[in-house]
Formats: sequence, C-alpha cells, structure tokens
Amino acid sequence: MLHDVTCVSREALVGEVAKIKVQGYRFVTLSCVERNEENFDIFYHFDKNLSLKHFKISITRGLSVPSISPVYFAAFLVENEIQDLFGITFEGLVVDYERTLYLEPEIRSTPFCRYTVTETPGVGKAAVVESSTEDP
Amino acid sequence: MSKTIVPFGPQHPVFPEPLHFKLTVEDEIITEVFPALGFVHRGLEGLAIRQDFQQMIQVVERVCGICSMIHAMCYCQGIEELMEVEIPPRAKMLRIIWSELHRMQSHLLWLGLFADSFGFESLFMQFWKIRERVLDMNEATTGNRVIVSVNVIGGVRRDLDDQQMKWILSNLAWVEEEMGRLETTLLSDYTVKKRTVGKGVLVKEKAFELGTAGPTARASGLAQDMRMLGYAAFDQLDFEPVVQTDGDCFARSKVRFQEVLQSIDLIRQAIAKISQGEICIKVKGKPEGETFTRVEQPRGELFYYIKANGSKHLERLRIRTPTFANIPALLSILPGMWLSDVPVVVLSIDPCISCTER
Repeated sequence: MLHDVTCVSREALVGEVAKIKVQGYRFVTLSCVERNEENFDIFYHFDKNLSLKHFKISITRGLSVPSISPVYFAAFLVENEIQDLFGITFEGLVVDYERTLYLEPEIRSTPFCRYTVTETPGVGKAAVVESSTEDP
Repeated sequence: MSKTIVPFGPQHPVFPEPLHFKLTVEDEIITEVFPALGFVHRGLEGLAIRQDFQQMIQVVERVCGICSMIHAMCYCQGIEELMEVEIPPRAKMLRIIWSELHRMQSHLLWLGLFADSFGFESLFMQFWKIRERVLDMNEATTGNRVIVSVNVIGGVRRDLDDQQMKWILSNLAWVEEEMGRLETTLLSDYTVKKRTVGKGVLVKEKAFELGTAGPTARASGLAQDMRMLGYAAFDQLDFEPVVQTDGDCFARSKVRFQEVLQSIDLIRQAIAKISQGEICIKVKGKPEGETFTRVEQPRGELFYYIKANGSKHLERLRIRTPTFANIPALLSILPGMWLSDVPVVVLSIDPCISCTER
C-alpha cells in the first residue's frame, strides 16, 4: 500500500525536490497515472537507505509540469517517456526529445491514455472518448 | 579540432539488442553522447488495462527473458500485497532458489558477453559453458530454460522434492568449482585488466546522484541491494551486498563474478532452511488499491507501481527497470573516453533493452 506520499503543488515541486536532494535522497523514478478524462497524477519516487519517499502532483489535462531534470539529471528519460505516452509537457527538460523518444515525429496520439481528447471539426470544441479496455 | 558524429548502434556486435548512441568525437575522444531509444518499444505496461491481472504474469515475464522470473515475482508480490495475501514459507524459499538461479544465468551470460566485447573468445565460451548447467537446472526443475513461469499469485506453481534439491546442490558445487577455475583469468589476466581497469570510472557520489542501480552502483561503492529489504525470505538468510569501490569496468565485472558465488551461497542457505508445507494458497477476489514494490533484478533495482480498482483489469502498471536507471550514468562516463573503449564501457552496465523498452 502507499506509504509516505506527500502531495505537492506544481509550483512547489522543484523546490521540494531540491530539498530532498540535499537531504540525501536518490532519485528512483516517476509514475504517471491517468485518473479520469481531466486529471493525471504523477508520483515522484525517491529512496534513502532503502526507504521510499513519494511526492504526488495532480494536474489537469493540458497543463504543463515543471521538469525536475535540472535537479536530478536522471529524471530526463522518464519525463520524456511520460511526454510520449501521456502527452504531458515538461517545462525545462535538460534533454527534450519533443515526443520522439519512442514515437515517430508524426504521431500525435497518446498511447497510454485511456481517454483521448479530439477536436471535432465544425463543432469547435473538444470531445472526450473513452477507449475500450476489452481485447479487440 | 573538428567534430565528427559517429553513430554507435542500433546494430552493433556488442549489442544483442538495439540501442543507439550518437557520439560526438574530436580526434578519437568522445565529447558528447546522445542516446536514442524506441527501436523495440512494445508498450507492455499498456496491456495491463486490457489483460486480466492474472494474465499479466505471463506478460511481465516477457518484459525480459533473462530476468523473467524476477519480474513475475515482483508483480506477484505487489498483487499479493494489494489482496492482503501471505504466501506459504516454502513458496518464499522456492522463489529465492529460482530467482538466484536466474541471477546466476544472467550474470554468467553477461560475463561471457563482456569477455567477448574485448575479444577474449575462449573466456566467453567458458562462462557460457557454466551457464548451460544453470539453464539445465532451470529446465529440470521448471520445464523451461529461461522463462521458467513458476510464479502465481499466492505462491509458486512447482515444488522441488529432496532428490531435486540434492541434484541442484551437486550442480552448484560443479558451478562453484568451474567459477574458481576462471577466477584467476577474469581477475588477474593482463588482457582483461588492460581493457577494463580504469575504464568508464563512475565515482560513488556521481553514481548516487544519477540514480544508478544494481552492480553498476555497487561497483562504485554504493551498498545498495533490494535483497536487503528482506522480500520473499531474504530476511531469513545471511546476506551482505557485494561492493567494490573502484567504479570502473573491472570493478563491475568483479561484482558480478562474486555475485554468482553469492547466489550459490544463498541457494544453499535457502535449501537448508526450507520448510515442508504448501507451495501456494488459493486467492479469491480481485485486487484493489495502489502499491509500490521493489526487488533486486540481476541488473539492479526493479520497481513496480500497481494500481487496481477491484475489477479484473489493472488501472495502471508502471515498471521501472534497472537499465533505464543506468543510462544516465552511461551518458556521464562516456565523454572523455576513447572511441575504441565504448563497446566495453557500454556493455559494462549490462544494458537490457527489452527491459528498458517494455
């Protein structure tokens, strides 16, 4: 079960991450979860003496997230991965593949999103479609 | 001095799998490295929302063949935690036996490939000869040589009888003896040292800062091994991580060589302490909640995040493999090196691209 998860705001994220780096935490990884059609959660996992600490930020679809790669360089790969698979933009990435880490440049879809936002021509607003979880 | 960009990979004799580095060199010295991934990305994490959580065991086993058993163990541990299931003590010991056999065959595979990377063909074949015996043990006890498929939610699907355990012990004695014969060659030979000592040095502070995992971290002096968490039944065994301090390619090969011997010791301890009883309990219901779970794969820390909502499909499965954690370290150690040393240094982190590109 989840232990030691601290919710932080987007604005405070980089500062909090910098603080725990000073405290001697090792960067483990990030986990991105699509909560619903509007929201994502991103967990930031750190380790110190085999004990995990997690930060969680909740973001609305379409908003960008500050990159922690200037603090923990190792985060750049997983942040690029999340950009590819979930379409979330990270600001200030030290190495930005611009959604081509895994995907071809022409791909605009977000492969790991259950909900896909599409522009409907003529309607002028976005429609939200939930993809099927059943095997085709 | 003009700069030249040299493509390294995705197809290269030292890579069993595709990985690409764009190396900027001045003369023959590397000044910049830019990695490119995505040649074989399969999106296996995405299958979690389509497949039954029980079927996902077969999927995670195929994230990587070389450490398939450990992927499945990590996944099952996570699901068991969500379902509040305590597996039988015998199943825990059996998981240790097969996971350590897996670590041995993975390290032996790497030791062979590493010898091959600097042209020591006979050493390569000697290590793989030993590895064959470990694969024989997998085959005889599980029916498969690499993807052993022994884990189920609630325990393991196969048992070992006394005769099989005696047979494993006798084979381990043979493996230990053969490893002893190769120790002098790997750790004292002029050719090996010439190609590995002082190459690709990663100091302890840098290894920590870059989030390095597994033998790569331990070769730089970080005593960090997830088996110290005591998962499965590791808390009942005497265990100390193998640590070296030089942080170079030679130290990484020493760590892996010693870890093969350590795995032999752990299997002996597990066999000595294994109790009689059930190997699996019946699990009813469906998982619900969120959890993180970690185990030590041959290449380092394996991290799973699992989110379940009480249905047969998981809501999210996130897998962080150790090679993914070790690539930033590689980007740090390659600049300043000779181009001719790149194959040896890249291989020294034991890159597993099928893990990285789940």
